[in-house]
Amino acid sequence: MTTTHDRAVGPDEASALTARKESSADKVFAGLSGTAATAILVTLAAVATFLLIEAWPAVTDSAGTLAARVEWISPERGESLIEIIGFLVFGTVLISTIALLIATPLSVGIALFISHYAPRKLAAGLGYLIDLLAAIPSVVYGLWGAIVLIPALQPFYQFLADTLGWIPLFAPGEDGTVSGTGRVALSAGIVLAIMVLPIITAVSREVFLQTPRLHEEAALAMGATRWEMIRIAVFPFGRSGVIGATMLGLGRALGETMAVYMILSPGLSYTLNVLQSGQHNTIASFIALQFPEANSSGVSALIAMGLALFIITLLVNMLARWVVSRRAEFSGAN
Amino acid sequence: MNIALRSGAVVSAAALSLLLAACTPSNESGATSSSAGNPSTGDAVVELAGTLNGAGASSQESAMEAWRATFQSENGNVTINYDPVGSGGGRTQFLDGATAFAGTDSLMDEEEYALAVDRCDGDAGAVHLPTYISPIAVIFNLPGIDSVNMSADVIAQIFDGKITSWNDPAIADLNPELDLPSTAITMVHRADESGTTSNFTDYLAKASTMWPYEKSGNWPNSLGESGPGTSAVVQIVQDTEGAIGYADASRAGSLGTVALGVGDEFVPFSAGAAAAVVDASPLAEGANGANDLAYKLDRTTTASGAYPLVLVSYHIVCQQYDDANERALVTSFLKYVASQEGQQAAASAAGSSPISADLSAKITAILDEIAAG
Repeated sequence: MTTTHDRAVGPDEASALTARKESSADKVFAGLSGTAATAILVTLAAVATFLLIEAWPAVTDSAGTLAARVEWISPERGESLIEIIGFLVFGTVLISTIALLIATPLSVGIALFISHYAPRKLAAGLGYLIDLLAAIPSVVYGLWGAIVLIPALQPFYQFLADTLGWIPLFAPGEDGTVSGTGRVALSAGIVLAIMVLPIITAVSREVFLQTPRLHEEAALAMGATRWEMIRIAVFPFGRSGVIGATMLGLGRALGETMAVYMILSPGLSYTLNVLQSGQHNTIASFIALQFPEANSSGVSALIAMGLALFIITLLVNMLARWVVSRRAEFSGAN
Repeated sequence: MNIALRSGAVVSAAALSLLLAACTPSNESGATSSSAGNPSTGDAVVELAGTLNGAGASSQESAMEAWRATFQSENGNVTINYDPVGSGGGRTQFLDGATAFAGTDSLMDEEEYALAVDRCDGDAGAVHLPTYISPIAVIFNLPGIDSVNMSADVIAQIFDGKITSWNDPAIADLNPELDLPSTAITMVHRADESGTTSNFTDYLAKASTMWPYEKSGNWPNSLGESGPGTSAVVQIVQDTEGAIGYADASRAGSLGTVALGVGDEFVPFSAGAAAAVVDASPLAEGANGANDLAYKLDRTTTASGAYPLVLVSYHIVCQQYDDANERALVTSFLKYVASQEGQQAAASAAGSSPISADLSAKITAILDEIAAG
């Protein structure tokens, strides 16, 4: 009787104990991860609120007090706050586009080499090296670009202008020469390309490695060469991943400050000419340049630019999500 | 018993507050006017102690480092803080009462003079004391050429993109003894807002008829190359043959420098020549009485041996500090700054030009007046 009693109660108690244990651990963990997730949202909301509140005086200024208080805002020269933001958005997008145009093909090539061509040992070493590129601080890229890379690129720019000058992108100035120092949008784009290369490569490599073995083997079995196999099996599978990777890279390129700040001779214009200095600037670099001497109105105007950059980055990320989700259905990944 | 206890509490509280009051000047920020010490004991301050806070122009940052270091080692109980937030920020902090003095490259405007009257004790408001004079050099990179003569008009045309090669007749005519190459001129300016740009454009606007822009801290045209800060400008000029730029003279290094046309002669920058232009300049209109040494720099001076392309950085102080400790700290520190030793310390640390003995004496007299309360 006692034993039956014991038997009847024992497992009950034990299961009750485990249930209690699990539920408390569960609660703690759910609480922790919930807090972490909320913290992200709260931070984002806090940043957005800060930007809105601080930018408000500049955004709502209509009496021209902003122009009177801030030296670099001069509506009579066609440089009111909104016009400057327009120039800067153009410059930011132009330089980021150059960076992506250079970085994406390179990254996809490197990722493919690592995932499908290189011997295993070489692939591991190469992957490690690429990741290392991401660990270099942007100020070091800026210094290297300004002191080493740009002087070396300048003769090449002159050559580009001499031979391909009929393309508006590479048109030389009135006197037939390009910038004598190479501190131009193309240089900034090239250095940014090197900076976004690691993230695009790393994500693309992971995606390419996920390609179902069966798809690849089926392609090879049908007599496809390695390149054909990659084209018909790996690319369709990895396309959305590569787009996502590119957008991540774009996010970094849009917000990069230090490298552009140190490499570019800034200016404000809508020209596509990437070999002339003093034509473009990015939002982040403009803020960094003007913040140290800015008065309260100036800071408000700069934060309004920060708000513009925040919105652009949000839009880019939403676009990326939308593209990825749309592509996912057709990728053949299932 | 109840009464006894209470009185005991009162006594100990009084003792505590006395203790606190005694502590305040020695280790707390005695320089803030809120901690106004006892007026009767205030005059008895013999040894300097406390914290003196200032903020402002970054141009005088390296000089300030030297001044702070020397002054603090001579007065062990004094801590001096200087936040190089920029001229505008420095004036704002001073006018808000957050700092005891401000460093600035540009003068207060009418509105700020009015705010200073509210901020300072008494009705006398604040005054400028020019304690840091730094010549700005026009630097260039032409192998084998150390110095080129240029008039303000020629410099204005170069920086406005009108003269584009080194052997342009306008330059060659002023330098008959030089064999100038046909190298293209790459003009380099500051990309950020700066006091150097402000003084350079002020010089061009006043001394030249060929400069179509006004004085401004931001570079006014979209020509040429630019870099953030003095180091970047010097770096670009060093890397680019045929480049010309402007920078604090102490940073010119081995680069060639321009001798400015002043009257009938050409004056290369030198410490004495930079200080001379300040002495030759009148005081600005709207200055706050005789003690306000706010100069309207005479960029068009024809005084022999004066170099008109200079940056003058001021310290702004109140004419009256009711807090005796703060008064003692401000006046004795700035007296040191304006002294020959202080000016020499700045010259060796920052490459500035020591102010003339006359000016030094004037500033000392004003500070003595303030110190007398």
